[in-house]
Amino acid sequence: MLRLLNLELQKLLLNRTSKVLIFVSFILPFFVILLSSFKINFFGIFTLELGELGIFNFPLIWHLTTFFAAQFKFFFAIVVVSMVGNEYSNKTLKQNLIDGLSKKEFILSKFYAIVFFAFISTLLIALITLCIGLYYSSYTEIGIIIRETEFLLAYFVKLVGFFSLCLFFGMLVKRSAFALAFLFILFILEWIAFGLMTWQMNSDIATKIQNFFPLQSMYHLIEQPIQRIAMTKFPDKTEIAYDYAVHWYEIIIVLGWTALFIFLSYLLLKKRDL
Amino acid sequence: MNTILTITNLTKKFGYLTAVKDLSFTINKGNVYGILGPNGSGKSTTLGIVLNVVNKTSGDFKWFDGNTTTHDALKKVGAIIERPNFYPYMTAEQNLKLVCKIKGVDFSKINEKLEIVGLLERKDSKFRTYSLGMKQRLAIASALLNDPEILILDEPTNGLDPQGIHQIREIIKKIASNGTTILLASHLLDEVEKICSHVVVLRKGVKLYSGRVDEMISSHGFFELKCNDNEALMKVLENNPAFSAVKEKDHLVTAFLNEPLKSETLNKYLFDNGIVLTHLVQRKESLEEQFLQLTDKN
Repeated sequence: MLRLLNLELQKLLLNRTSKVLIFVSFILPFFVILLSSFKINFFGIFTLELGELGIFNFPLIWHLTTFFAAQFKFFFAIVVVSMVGNEYSNKTLKQNLIDGLSKKEFILSKFYAIVFFAFISTLLIALITLCIGLYYSSYTEIGIIIRETEFLLAYFVKLVGFFSLCLFFGMLVKRSAFALAFLFILFILEWIAFGLMTWQMNSDIATKIQNFFPLQSMYHLIEQPIQRIAMTKFPDKTEIAYDYAVHWYEIIIVLGWTALFIFLSYLLLKKRDL
Repeated sequence: MNTILTITNLTKKFGYLTAVKDLSFTINKGNVYGILGPNGSGKSTTLGIVLNVVNKTSGDFKWFDGNTTTHDALKKVGAIIERPNFYPYMTAEQNLKLVCKIKGVDFSKINEKLEIVGLLERKDSKFRTYSLGMKQRLAIASALLNDPEILILDEPTNGLDPQGIHQIREIIKKIASNGTTILLASHLLDEVEKICSHVVVLRKGVKLYSGRVDEMISSHGFFELKCNDNEALMKVLENNPAFSAVKEKDHLVTAFLNEPLKSETLNKYLFDNGIVLTHLVQRKESLEEQFLQLTDKN
């Protein structure tokens, strides 16, 4: 396993483009979060200090940071797609197999790299969030701090799931740009399907089915936190209350998709003549 | 004798097209094999199948004793298919390190092999800055990293300039002289003739011949003769049952043998019959002539 991960890391880290993109997708979000935790002075007119709004309180902060950091995953998606696309266009995939890598090992080395980066990212965000939280949060009891840390698990699963989808698209179309277009098409298709179902049936059932769609199920792992922040400000407005928790079945759905995408990638490679 | 690769009834179909049809042959240790065939005869497809990049339709192949999986067997094989494929953004050394990691070979081999192909001073240059000849030599270095039991080369001199072709040939000869088994696919017959001891001839996916180069067609060779009176010479030759055919072209008489005959015997025989030769050469058909005869006949 370490050998396969090592292989993939060498391929990625010696490539300048992917190095930059990895930096952007994993390091940048923390700077953004870190910066937003500082006092911002708007031309001396007024000072905005987000910390004062109470949004950096435990356990809310877990939800907030994982949600925003996850938006940067798109940059690493480009890396995932191009790490497959490049293997095809350089024909190094063929050479790897000739050199004695099995098709299974090839897919696994990509998957391990995905898991590795998702894990590093999760670890980083856990650290940063902990630091900001300890600094700003009004509650620093250990019991409150570890509450809702399941958002970290959700974040990890979300990244692994999304990148597995990218890996599959990369294997499917062999070209990075087309694979990204496919991602966008899938996004549109999911909404068209949702629209049709709402029209044919009712929106309750449609929403339930939509939660099983690959992109939507990943999105649903971590709901948007804006409404929740509003809830903490106006606790008596019950109409804005919503279910933001991470549910076990949501994680199972995404893990299911992940397994399916990896398996399909393997199947594609196995059936294909290179 | 040690068997390295056994192919039995291998067939590959691309839709309606049959690229390889019911092909069987065996590769034994220590020989240098050539796979001959015109473009599109199924050479690369056959190699692709045994190298795990093309799926077979039916039939079977096994590496070594058949107890290792294909990808593990390939770790003991060195192969170059068509074009050198490396990561353009990595240096030669980094590319070879990657191959070492895949094959499970120690990094110490890298410099040794780069030395053989003469790329040691350029090992820190990025692969994309290499010329085609250098890329091809790097590919050979890469294939040699694991000191392979067999080296498979598919058109190794394709697209190279004369110097490049010469360099690659010298390297191959050097490797062959060390006793490494080589399988060389090519449509350049003089290339195969210079290096190989055995050949497999394919056409349209069908095997026409496999065996030693010099036994490819049952021929005893021919004589090229000249004298001052070619007509008399031809008459004498046609009356000799050892010759199957006698032809004259540009004042050169070519007589094809159908049984072994030594040149001194022929010279004496002709002299006894009153013919004094001015030119006598005994030859075997070149591989090219043999190959064309074989592919035309079938």
